[in-house]
Amino acid sequence: MNTQAKVTEEKNFFQQSTNKYTGIGSWLLTVDHKRIGILYLFSMMTFFIVAVIFGFLIRLELIAPGKTIMEPQTYNQLFTLHGIIMIFLFIIPGLPAVFGNFMLPIMIGAKDVIFPRLNLFSWYLFIAGGLIAVVSMFLPGGSADTGWMFYVPYSIRTTTNVIPALTAAFILGFSSILTGLNFITTIHRMRAPGMSWFKMPLFIWSLYATAWIQILATPIIGITLLLVSIERWFGVGIFDPALGGDPILYQHLFWIYSHPAVYIMILPAMGMVSEIIPVFARRTIFGYNFIAFSSIAIAFFGSLVWAHHMFTVGMSDTAMFVFSFLTFFVSIPSAIKVFNWVSTLYKGSISADPPLLYALSFIFQFAIGGFTGLMIGVLSVNIHLQDTSFIVAHFHYVMFGSTGFGIFAAMHYWFPKMFGTMYNKKIANWAWAITTIGFNTLYFPMFIMGYLGMPRRYYDYLPEFHTYHLVSTIGSWILILGLIIMFANLIKGMRNKKDVAPMNPWGGVTLEWKVPSPPPMENFHEIPTVTTGPYDYSHYELAGKETK
Amino acid sequence: MFTSSSNFSNNVDAVFLYVVVLSLIVLVGITIAMVYFVIRYNRKRNPIPKNIDGNLTLEVLWTVIPLCLFMSMFYFGWMGYRDMREAPSDAMPIKVTARMWKWDFEYPNGLKTDTLFVPAHKAIKTDLHSVDVNHAFFIPAFRVKKDVYYNKKNDLWFRSDKIGSYDIACAEYCGLNHSMMYTKVHVMEQKDFDEWYKQTSQKAGIANK
Repeated sequence: MNTQAKVTEEKNFFQQSTNKYTGIGSWLLTVDHKRIGILYLFSMMTFFIVAVIFGFLIRLELIAPGKTIMEPQTYNQLFTLHGIIMIFLFIIPGLPAVFGNFMLPIMIGAKDVIFPRLNLFSWYLFIAGGLIAVVSMFLPGGSADTGWMFYVPYSIRTTTNVIPALTAAFILGFSSILTGLNFITTIHRMRAPGMSWFKMPLFIWSLYATAWIQILATPIIGITLLLVSIERWFGVGIFDPALGGDPILYQHLFWIYSHPAVYIMILPAMGMVSEIIPVFARRTIFGYNFIAFSSIAIAFFGSLVWAHHMFTVGMSDTAMFVFSFLTFFVSIPSAIKVFNWVSTLYKGSISADPPLLYALSFIFQFAIGGFTGLMIGVLSVNIHLQDTSFIVAHFHYVMFGSTGFGIFAAMHYWFPKMFGTMYNKKIANWAWAITTIGFNTLYFPMFIMGYLGMPRRYYDYLPEFHTYHLVSTIGSWILILGLIIMFANLIKGMRNKKDVAPMNPWGGVTLEWKVPSPPPMENFHEIPTVTTGPYDYSHYELAGKETK
Repeated sequence: MFTSSSNFSNNVDAVFLYVVVLSLIVLVGITIAMVYFVIRYNRKRNPIPKNIDGNLTLEVLWTVIPLCLFMSMFYFGWMGYRDMREAPSDAMPIKVTARMWKWDFEYPNGLKTDTLFVPAHKAIKTDLHSVDVNHAFFIPAFRVKKDVYYNKKNDLWFRSDKIGSYDIACAEYCGLNHSMMYTKVHVMEQKDFDEWYKQTSQKAGIANK
């Protein structure tokens, strides 16, 4: 009891900084992993809101055939920026940089990441890249209109500001590489005594797998984007066929990074779900080893399937065969995860709080994303569906319906730990229901019209697709309504000083629930010694039996 | 679905439907299990959890069964794709030129059109070429698509047994008017096609061979 009281009087990381500055300086020059996590959280959310507004405008334009609110050029620039911002500034840094930074050291029982200054530098790279992307919108020439994939030769020919966009992505790549490097080293070197690899929380396993992809795959996109810049500046023929280059080589190099990148985006969210389900079911996770190894398997096989984005470019039969075959192979570890998650609910003692609800939406939407992934992995069907809105829907089910909802789940799960206060759970439940309905209304029609032949990146469309587009646009309004409610509720929760969150509001057993909310500056006074597995809930079972 | 517009469309639709049906069964199963567990093992109803670490038999089952199903999907996809690869040797060659943002078609005798006219029941081989950026030649009803490049000889073939007009779209983003790069393919009976071919060629000043 005494130690408890002592702990609550202690200053938390909001009140105590790592440097001599106060106010804004104590944040901008901080090397505290938690403060850096918060910096990432707010900058990332700002970018997210900007890209959501772009997405809203895109959907509004598509509410009816012909021109609705904008010219085709604006439309092309908007979907390019929507993609660049969502991918490089929201989903890739989303879970690792925000929640990885904040929670990874605490969850493995460390005082900080191993390279705290490098960590702050990564955030500055992130901000620099983000600002360049935003500034390029206002430079003469207008923002890039190439799509986020910058396919050559169009990206060489267009007169828009492609180079600033490429530079932004290049710099953001370094931010991602350095964060990955930091995490791998931290996980190897800084685990608390007793925390063997198989006692690590599954979120850490997923961050570990993610970090390897970040440092191995990101340099390839860096050098590729640099080559495109050189081609634009100096007219050297690397990818542009008119100069003797090879546009398909560009596509290979682009997807060698960008396919593993989708696993950078999804793996941490899978780890998030593996964290949440046992806590709210109050029982140990089903098949820990299988979930842990499936993350590594996804990272490994995921690096070998990039050309399934290119089944219509006219590749050799061998390439077609191998890439389709491996694509089905990479689906197995994902399926294993889903079955283990659902089994973890079996015979639990389940409390359907907001984090669990978001996690269940994740499983449902990830299943749809996965199944439609099988459909487009089938060679003959892929030929028809490639570059249609079916792909757009599939991609958004995985990236938004899964990773996005994983981020929302993480926000609701760790909110009391990060801010020491609680949001209104009832409103959070409403926000969950509205976002889930809005999301599915927005993206499901795209599967149908995609199969019927609606190509993607289209400013205008044939009248036969009108109904689907209309429903989809209405879905976007529902989704945004849900997002507004969710964010308003969370922001209100942050300012709410009355509902002080206890140390362990959900009854979790991983280490972050054994430090105060919000945690003190260096997390632990004494580095804990770990003796049990990460999801050891036997005390609930035992306590229950004793009272009987 | 199953419009039989081209020689490929039924097979593509059937394989797609096969995957859809399997997926739906599993999706419904997963969803029902989730909802049932959340209600049945609600904390009020089931205050004492039971810790189950895992089950090797189940893990093996849900690895092996999906693997077999996935391999069957792969097999059907590969078989379907195999037929799309090589055009038959007696196919009628038509040159397709893509530019920002229109399609041109050139027939064996040199006749050029902006809309594609083809005879039914006959294999058509389109040789694809772009004069500028990347495009993709896409006939949704026929379930065929191929990217079009400046420096790469791609081709695509199909045979349609159903008289009618179908849309041709560009499926690879190519700039400002990408979404307006639509044209039509008109599938006609052989004798109607011959008639059209002869008359249009004469009008264009090309002698039909």
